Amino acid sequence: MERKEWPLWEVFIRSKSGLDHKHCGSVHAPDAKLALQAARDVYTRRQEGVSIWVVRAEAIVASDPDAKPELFDPAEDKIYRHPTFYKLPDEVDHM
Amino acid sequence: MDPHLEYLLRLADNALILGQRLSEWCGHAPVLEEDLALANMALDLIGQARALLTLAGQREGKGRDEDRLAFLREAHEYRNVTLVELPNDDFARTTVRNLMMSAFNVELGKALCASVDHELAQVAQKSLKEVRYHFQHAADWTIRLGDGSDESHHRSQEALDALWPYTAELFGRDAIDDAAEAARIGIGWDALEAPWRAALDPVLDQATLTIPAPSAPISSGKTGRHSPDFPALLAEMQYLQRAYPGARW
Repeated sequence: MERKEWPLWEVFIRSKSGLDHKHCGSVHAPDAKLALQAARDVYTRRQEGVSIWVVRAEAIVASDPDAKPELFDPAEDKIYRHPTFYKLPDEVDHM
Repeated sequence: MDPHLEYLLRLADNALILGQRLSEWCGHAPVLEEDLALANMALDLIGQARALLTLAGQREGKGRDEDRLAFLREAHEYRNVTLVELPNDDFARTTVRNLMMSAFNVELGKALCASVDHELAQVAQKSLKEVRYHFQHAADWTIRLGDGSDESHHRSQEALDALWPYTAELFGRDAIDDAAEAARIGIGWDALEAPWRAALDPVLDQATLTIPAPSAPISSGKTGRHSPDFPALLAEMQYLQRAYPGARW
């Protein structure tokens, strides 16, 4: 018998004091509205957040883990890309 | 008989018994997400029952707290409507009952925010947020089950037909409603029928379900006369308190 599963949705929650939605898990749901409700019931029971995003898992495009060396290692020794060498004048130095 | 107390017990026992029924789904729901949703709803209702039973115990003035009222009364002392004590049956029947009761609770909650009993009004305000969500959840599911497969449509229609006669009890006005309105503690439940239908009908339409014909009341739980399923529910709910009186952990 063919096994049918509801689509998988990845859930992102923004906490009350946060600025960005963080990935916290996934739910299965037949459509977007129920995915939001499922996320609310499963992932916000302990006041984890005030805003929910759900995204169809298949809509997410992820980088290839095997390509980590060429994607990320080259940045390791390029310290000139970091904004740490410019001395701010005292008048604006409180960022 | 104190009408104010009776009115409070009707509210409290509806929440308590529906919470008990929904808690039976824990570990048995069709999918994990609904296992959590139904358990969450059960907890919301039990929380409301705690607050309302505490108010009832204070009103009664015999030293009975929320626990004693919840777990140590006899069947004929409970004032929940029969609709909430019926067995869960399948997911469609549970969903349709949730739809009916949450729609009722939303309208009732809105009205109770104006109660002269300030504590009751506060409980109503908090409960309103919870039952609005219960209604959203039940409505979304009713629409998908009704306008779903042949099987889900069939089961939802059967559920609606089977439960509809029990809703008449919700809106039958009696002396308790008269007294509650006279004292401005709460609204007579008959006044809730029109807004209840206004909320329910669009959902049932979208679910492609046929609204059953009107029915005379067939149940009387809110006067203490309960259905044959009620003793088994109480036996399970009260077991721990009666086997180990005063147990603490």
